[in-house]
Amino acid sequence: MATEKTYAEINEKIKSGRAVVFTAEEIISLVAEKGISEAARSVDVVTTGTFGAMCSSGVFLNFGHSKPKIKMQKLWLNSVQAYTGIAAVDAYLGATELPEDDPCNNNYPGDFRYGGGHVIHDLLARRPVKLEAIAYGTDCYPRQEIETIITLDDINEATLFNPRNSYQNYNCAVNLGKRTVYTYMGMLKPDLGNAHYCSAGQLSPLLNDPDFMTIGIGTKIFLGGGVGYVAWNGTQHFPGIQKDTEGKSYGPAGGTLSVIGDLKQMKPNWLVGASFLGYGATLTVGLGIPIPILNEEIMRCVSVTDQALYAPIVDYGEAYGQRVSGNLGFVSYADLKSGRITVKGRDVPTAPLSSYSKAREIAGILKSWILQGNFELTEPVKLLPSAKDNIPAKTLEIRGL
Amino acid sequence: MVFMPSKKIFLRFGKDIADRPIIYRLARDYDLVINILKANVDQNKEGTMVLEITGDQCDLGLEYLISQGVKVTPLAEEVFRNEDKCTSCGACTAICPSGALYVERPSMEVKFDSDKCIVCQICVKVCPVNAMEVRF
Ligand code: SF4
Ligand code: SF4
Repeated sequence: MATEKTYAEINEKIKSGRAVVFTAEEIISLVAEKGISEAARSVDVVTTGTFGAMCSSGVFLNFGHSKPKIKMQKLWLNSVQAYTGIAAVDAYLGATELPEDDPCNNNYPGDFRYGGGHVIHDLLARRPVKLEAIAYGTDCYPRQEIETIITLDDINEATLFNPRNSYQNYNCAVNLGKRTVYTYMGMLKPDLGNAHYCSAGQLSPLLNDPDFMTIGIGTKIFLGGGVGYVAWNGTQHFPGIQKDTEGKSYGPAGGTLSVIGDLKQMKPNWLVGASFLGYGATLTVGLGIPIPILNEEIMRCVSVTDQALYAPIVDYGEAYGQRVSGNLGFVSYADLKSGRITVKGRDVPTAPLSSYSKAREIAGILKSWILQGNFELTEPVKLLPSAKDNIPAKTLEIRGL
Repeated sequence: MVFMPSKKIFLRFGKDIADRPIIYRLARDYDLVINILKANVDQNKEGTMVLEITGDQCDLGLEYLISQGVKVTPLAEEVFRNEDKCTSCGACTAICPSGALYVERPSMEVKFDSDKCIVCQICVKVCPVNAMEVRF
């Protein structure tokens, strides 16, 4: 009989220490050996992981009130501005924000050695951070300026809230141009000098649940070394199946997640400030999602291998920035991971930007949490839109009123 | 093995210094192992020298040289990896021209073979987490 399990049954097993847990990498050989049905019967949870730069990340902060009180109008943390257009001492610090005096790309390619992601990392490392704010002053909030030092433990809340993380799949970036370009996909040498990709492939969370059968609002996850939750779909959530011009399918892409969690229980080695030469500052996020094996179909999805997952090859020398659609073909993650691919008949060295070894470590940590009975699964309160919802990507057109 | 600090330095000195036994004093008084990598000493004009000095008292030795009127410039002659910082992201591996930074398969961990490094310092610029550092 086909396997059917519920979240409650799986959680019962987790609590009693009887749950069988594999990582999305380990499950591949089990399924190859035992088959889908047998694997679905014997395994309860499969864990995934990813560790890469995720620009759409940031943290909501509440500092507590000074005496006298201030309604912060402009705020800087280690000279990096945070958004204060909310209540008096609430702010949102974005990962890509830069210090006011950063030369940016004036000395091209700019270094971007410090930004919002680095402030988040400094807070997490329990380093003191300088806070400066100004205000116009009101009867209820008379103070007009403040300068002080805070640490993560001194403030009320620090809620990591990332509007778009964990891209289901990503481009393989190349440069067809004649000069080196500096992008969020790293340094791309001219004339197909190198190819950079950025996905954990067979370990990547949303490639293991391509149809959003289990990951939804409220799903409990590994986030930045602590526990977090899926809050919503991510921005630019356009799940679909990639197809070439002849209509041949190249697997899932386009889904994203919005995630949330208490920064105070996260770890500095799983949320790391990052700088991309000539591009900007950002935050590297470690994220892992457990997938409950409710049925054989889910087991079939998590047993996917790098041979069956594809990235579109995109020219970042010109086409990407100019929003020219189309691509230079698809390449499997197995080929990308081999270190060399062929593009336009040319042999091109590849390199990852997201750490597969750290992704494996995250899937392993999540597995151990579940095995120790410390991490039960949550059933989503609502599932997310999937490919069948056919969400179109809108563009921003330039027009007058 | 005990780690002995080592430095590569570029020296410039006037002809008055050229005939004093400063290198000998450096070795004797500060217990330094000295490797002369390049020397250009001419009795009639300014001399230059590239040294590698190894020993616990490198810094004191350098102070001595400066006190003797020698102009000392450290050479950025070594790039090393801060293992704690490196996230094995891989961003440096297709860019490193010498193959010193590479992805080990199938672990997909990024390894650094300093013997192959040609000190071009490109990785120092591109590493997103500043894990590649220059040692003077
Ligand atoms: S300095 Fe140059 S050769 Fe040495 S590891 Fe860095 S990129 Fe490679
Ligand atoms: S770019 Fe930096 S962090 Fe990434 S693998 Fe190279 S040395 Fe490590």
